[in-house]
Amino acid sequence: MLDLLDVAFVQRALLAAALTGLAAPAIGIYLVQRRLSLMGDGIGHVCVTGVALGLITGTSPTLTAIAIAIVGAVLIETVRATGKASGDVALALLFYGGIAGGLFLVSIAGTGALALQSYLFGSITTVSSADLWVNGVLAVIVIALAVALQPVLFSVAHDEDFARTTGLRVGFYNVLISVLAAVTVSLSMRTVGLLLVSALMVIPVATAQQFARGFRTTMLGAMTAGLLAAVSGVLVSTEVDVAPGATIVLIALGGFAVTAPAGMLLQRRRRARVPFDMPVPPEPLQVEEDHRHQHGPGCGHLAVEHGDHIDYIHDGHRHAVHGGHYDEH
Amino acid sequence: MNAVLQMSSVAVAIDGRPILRDVDLEVAAGEVVAVLGANGSGKSTLVRAALGLLPAAAGTVTLFGDPVPHFRDWSRVGYVPQHGPAPQGVPASVREVVSTGRLARRRPLLPSRASDRAAVLAALEVVSLTERAEHPFATLSGGQRQRVLIGRALAAEPDLLVLDEPNAGVDLVSQEAIAGALRELSRRGTTIVVVLHELGVLADLINRTVVLREGRMVQDTTRIASSDAHCETDASDLDVAPGLAAPWDEVR
Repeated sequence: MLDLLDVAFVQRALLAAALTGLAAPAIGIYLVQRRLSLMGDGIGHVCVTGVALGLITGTSPTLTAIAIAIVGAVLIETVRATGKASGDVALALLFYGGIAGGLFLVSIAGTGALALQSYLFGSITTVSSADLWVNGVLAVIVIALAVALQPVLFSVAHDEDFARTTGLRVGFYNVLISVLAAVTVSLSMRTVGLLLVSALMVIPVATAQQFARGFRTTMLGAMTAGLLAAVSGVLVSTEVDVAPGATIVLIALGGFAVTAPAGMLLQRRRRARVPFDMPVPPEPLQVEEDHRHQHGPGCGHLAVEHGDHIDYIHDGHRHAVHGGHYDEH
Repeated sequence: MNAVLQMSSVAVAIDGRPILRDVDLEVAAGEVVAVLGANGSGKSTLVRAALGLLPAAAGTVTLFGDPVPHFRDWSRVGYVPQHGPAPQGVPASVREVVSTGRLARRRPLLPSRASDRAAVLAALEVVSLTERAEHPFATLSGGQRQRVLIGRALAAEPDLLVLDEPNAGVDLVSQEAIAGALRELSRRGTTIVVVLHELGVLADLINRTVVLREGRMVQDTTRIASSDAHCETDASDLDVAPGLAAPWDEVR
């Protein structure tokens, strides 16, 4: 084990996994918040076309994947924002378009089906140091923006209309979230594979939000959970020779499963402890005013039946005689 | 005249369907204006158009003298929408939701300053939710959530507060709390435009009412004293007259 950690490719794999484990939940939380959990999956499918394009043109599949993923993500966001189709239909169109396009391109080239596989399922142990540099820089940018812009991105994802009335450029930030998600997916494809990327964007968030009461704490918890799952997944897979991507996702899922009962218990206890509002019921409002007459049938004021008595509407309020005064309703 | 909000000959259409026609409204600094009308009369559309959330198909809207599409000074405006955001996948604390209102006075990427945090605390204080600051927004009652949305609008310390039916579906205790907060703000000179179904607990606060019917303004009354309106209410206006629309809904 300790010997393995000295091997360069294991070190690179660990570093790549750690960056993915931090970046995926950091941007995934904004997708989960907007109930677009499956968007990562949609972008992943679009990436298949990007990778295929890179393979047949002989350019870096990572770069072509990023370019195509950004186009796809912006397209999803545009469709969602203009309300031309519902979010899930837009996602479905991109899912199938992306994966069909990729398979089609690969079949034209007649090669690379195997190469494509390493992107679909991840191949963390083949990460070169050049890959690591590109991935590292981009991952740090994603993490820095997702964390530093947290108040703004949270506001835009929380309530778009209100965010507009605070002067935020909502359209710009929505596209930014999509672009950051696209970059993250493209980076993560070497670690966990395109088919499992979305898991790392969603599962750590689901785990953390069981315990957190705020957005920021959820984000920090999710990044911690993502980091732990990614690093331990790589360690386990080097030790017992299993697929790293699948191992990482299974560990993340395991973490959710193990913490779920504790989370449920905690939430139940919190709910039980929330004090009920037990304010003193307000005194019936007694309006001091001159009544020129006694309300009664045909008095000229609108009468409204109200339970066991009749209210009369006048002066913009509704009230009823009660003892020596008037109750406001 | 230094109008805070000015709408002249404004028409608004949603999906090609005309909602507002030829609306003229000028709100001066310090006024507390209630926008009344039956369901579907265009009240929400009016305030959304006033804030530039809906484009005017005709006419002009200005906020503090600037045409709305070019208005930039958003920290002077606080908006309380009729419905809070839909339930979301990730918890958010009351403080975090209220803090989003402060973004009008913050620069992106820069951390919040002490004055920002103080303003958020003050806003929580005004809506009496200081003890709930760390509670998840989603677990609050409808009335408490409405108060959070008001606190959020107040975090920017606005000069104009626009509220869309703040009392809809809100328990009486929260209604009183909201009325108290608005009274205090009005006393400090904040201009308030509030869409209402009935005047209710806010009646004594309002000094002007405008009534919408089918997208047109049919009445604009400055209330001198509450009892003066007594005998002026025409029976034919009962469905839209101040305070008269809601009781029917309640009785049904």
